[in-house]
Amino acid sequence: MAAISREEVAHLARLSRLAVTEEELATLAGQLDVILQAVAQVGEVTAADIPPTSHSVPLTNVLRDDVVASCLTPEEALSGAPDAAEQRFRVPRILDEDVAS
Amino acid sequence: MTTTLPAYDEVVARYEPVIGLETHVELGTNTKMFCGCPTDFGGAPNTRVCPVCLGLPGSLPVANRAAVEATIRIGLALNCSIAQWCRFARKNYYYPDMPKNYQISQYDEPLCVDGYLDVEVNGEPVRISIERVHMEEDTGKTLHVGGATGRIHGATESLVDYNRAGIPLVEIVTKPIPGAGAMAPEVARAYVTELRDVLRSLGVSDVRMEEGSLRCDVNTSLNLPGEQWGTRTETKNVNSLRSVERAVRSEMIRQASVLAAGGRITQETRHFHEDTGDTTSGRSKETATDYRYFPEPDLVPIAPDPTWVAELKAALPELPRLHRRRLQQEWGLSDLDMQSILNAGAVELIEATIAAGTTPTAARKWWLGELSRRANETGAELADIGATPEQVAELQGLVDAGKLTDKLARTVLEHVVAGEGSPAKIMADRNLEVVSDTGALTAAVDEAIAANPAIADKVRGGKVAAAGALVGAVMKTTRGQADAKTVRELILERLGVQG
Repeated sequence: MAAISREEVAHLARLSRLAVTEEELATLAGQLDVILQAVAQVGEVTAADIPPTSHSVPLTNVLRDDVVASCLTPEEALSGAPDAAEQRFRVPRILDEDVAS
Repeated sequence: MTTTLPAYDEVVARYEPVIGLETHVELGTNTKMFCGCPTDFGGAPNTRVCPVCLGLPGSLPVANRAAVEATIRIGLALNCSIAQWCRFARKNYYYPDMPKNYQISQYDEPLCVDGYLDVEVNGEPVRISIERVHMEEDTGKTLHVGGATGRIHGATESLVDYNRAGIPLVEIVTKPIPGAGAMAPEVARAYVTELRDVLRSLGVSDVRMEEGSLRCDVNTSLNLPGEQWGTRTETKNVNSLRSVERAVRSEMIRQASVLAAGGRITQETRHFHEDTGDTTSGRSKETATDYRYFPEPDLVPIAPDPTWVAELKAALPELPRLHRRRLQQEWGLSDLDMQSILNAGAVELIEATIAAGTTPTAARKWWLGELSRRANETGAELADIGATPEQVAELQGLVDAGKLTDKLARTVLEHVVAGEGSPAKIMADRNLEVVSDTGALTAAVDEAIAANPAIADKVRGGKVAAAGALVGAVMKTTRGQADAKTVRELILERLGVQG
């Protein structure tokens, strides 16, 4: 059984705002399936006494003092923007899309 | 929909509500959550941004120690356990209010868990269980242009300002609150009010709901007695304490009307409208919650040193509930009197007025009397009425010094509220000071006696009560600016009668 379905790939593509053709969908589903199978294989040999690793360095509490540092100028900030207006980033219209809370 | 909504009494007679509250607090730190950009309001667009909060490639976030500390203090004040180890998480979503295409938040490992907050509803204690307190970052501001009214629908494009992106936010989530019945709206309001007061006492935020530094989402569901909890909706855009109460109430009524008609409640986000007091449907939640959270690889875990946490706990300020109890004792008030002060939102105002140098009785009299009356008339919050505690104390000082009568003081206060300056200045500018110049008063008294010989004779003859008419005459010539008691004494003295 495939580790990821075509529908799941289509769903992920939609969440990522990627326009994927039917053809690409089939190709990607196949490729992602191989990757997931490989990961699942690694999962099989994982020993129970090894905690899941999210960070490669054994560090905690890297914190910054609450001191103001310099910012970019608006010109610098917008210099890489595809489009700008009124000193703001200009983006295509947003409709019926999700907003984080 | 034109169906008639059921009355609230019918709703609560038939259904049991379950509510839950998610509150976002903007912390009052100097800098953003993960970079050194300043957090102050009012900057021109995109002037408080850097590579980190713009999500530029190669930049790395570093958590703000003050924000972590503030979150721990909030957790401690809400009786939470502080995690010994926790991580940040990426909440993935594509929306231009975050330039990274994700928001850094916390997911299954919040910094603080399992607490509670005791609140009072109509004098009865209610314990609200807190599920979690976690750290995250605020989003940028999008301006929708091209549409008719700046709203998202009909807009042709959006303009984004990232000054607010990355501002430290703390999210406080309650456990579901069942069993409040008809009191559910009041419980919701009491909780947010108490939470606001706790946050203010901690000094971690300026907690202004109108300005968005304290934001509240209200979850509401209804079920029949003995049955499972119903499907909940989440109401956003609730921007005042009063709105918290109204939002729960109107959503209960709306859901009851849907259920009574045999319909089903859709799990969705709804938007509260301040003007009408009702909610309208936003996006449907079922298709929207695929955030694909995963541990934030760019930030190392937080493992608060237990010694540090113990120190923070020991240094917590007196929390509002205990503080209020102490004030009630100091002011010598009954529960009922204290309750009326609480209901009027006047505790801090009265406290500050006393601190500015007046008595509890006088401070209470002004804030609960004249100023509350005005606040009710104009629909304003007492704190925004236009008079400061210092001005009220100064006003009472003028009364105590005999420069103003109570009546004149009320007139002065009206002008204070109108923004004309300090009581002393208004008294001078408008010539409202009590006529205490004995010469002028005596002249006015003599004039009144001469003008009313018959009355004067009556008084001389022992009818002391008749002196009232003479007092009235004097008050008229002094335009009400004399102290009636002094005038009376003076009249009796001039007529050779013992008062």
